[in-house]
Amino acid sequence: MKPIEVESVQQCLDDFTNKQVYIHVETTNGAYASHFDDKAYNVGAYVRNAQVTFNQAKIVGDGNAYRVGLKTEFGWIYAEGLTDWVIHEGSKLLLAGHDREGRLMVALQISETPFNN
Amino acid sequence: MINLEKHVVVILPHPDDESFGAAGSISHFRSQGIPVTYLCGTLGQMGRNMGSPTFANRETLPLIRKQELKNACKVLDMDLKMLGYRDKTIEFEDQMEIAQHLKGILEEIKPSLVITHYPNYAVHPDHNALGAAAIKAVELMDERPTVWAQAFARGFKKELGEPDVINDVSAYFEKKMDAILCHDSQAGGIIGPLKNYKELGEEVLQEAKERFGTEEFFTWQFSV
Ligand SMILES: [Zn+2]
Repeated sequence: MKPIEVESVQQCLDDFTNKQVYIHVETTNGAYASHFDDKAYNVGAYVRNAQVTFNQAKIVGDGNAYRVGLKTEFGWIYAEGLTDWVIHEGSKLLLAGHDREGRLMVALQISETPFNN
Repeated sequence: MINLEKHVVVILPHPDDESFGAAGSISHFRSQGIPVTYLCGTLGQMGRNMGSPTFANRETLPLIRKQELKNACKVLDMDLKMLGYRDKTIEFEDQMEIAQHLKGILEEIKPSLVITHYPNYAVHPDHNALGAAAIKAVELMDERPTVWAQAFARGFKKELGEPDVINDVSAYFEKKMDAILCHDSQAGGIIGPLKNYKELGEEVLQEAKERFGTEEFFTWQFSV
């Protein structure tokens, strides 16, 4: 992945707008957080291949980390801390946020076809 | 470390569990000509390590880890069978279904020893769940192989006592390191600093040898 280029990502988001798409959204601090540090908590959540249609999409940020909000008919999909992006297999938009060690902390991915299981 | 096993089956959920947890014991068995088969539960699809510096992403990670797994199995000279479950989901599957799946494979291989994780004492939910399913599978067999269960949760010795199987695998240190280092995408965290282990100072090397020089297991006592 490479550092987010805001105009290009916004263009991709626009291209997915008002289409039925598949979303992968995720946040994690790893399965070992509280194993290595007993004061830490294991937290994480992911949704893979949720089918949605959003009618508005925006990426906002300060040049280091970005937020993306997708507005749907009945609600929102939101991710914060996104730092990198790549187009996977020609058409899937992958956004992710990594920590200093390169570990994934958050991901938001959009595709017109389902992500592999 | 004396064992005269016929065939050893290792049942762990993630590519790299075998290298960190049992590479020395596996190497020992292989050095005696004993066949070893690894039943690897998942492809570690949901891992958060993406290489250091990052070279994988959520979608490329499964294929990268599959290749790393194959490489590690080549280093350890053991057969590999991938079970096809999804990282982080094993505990939500039907345990009996997984147990039957494993039992089918075990009945074909007829191992004399099965190595797996100690349920509830192996930290990651996948470790605990696959360990429990593996033990269930063996429980269902007419001719049960011995089961070695690996625990590493904080303070496990306080609750379980000392492991009865303590394998000194220092003779296989380099092989174990080479197997661990096959899992390049998982570098960073634990193995990052050991990447160039051959060039490290004697002190660091000694510390690594101590840390990876023994592999401990509990022989599972079946209650039924
Ligand atoms: Zn594992």
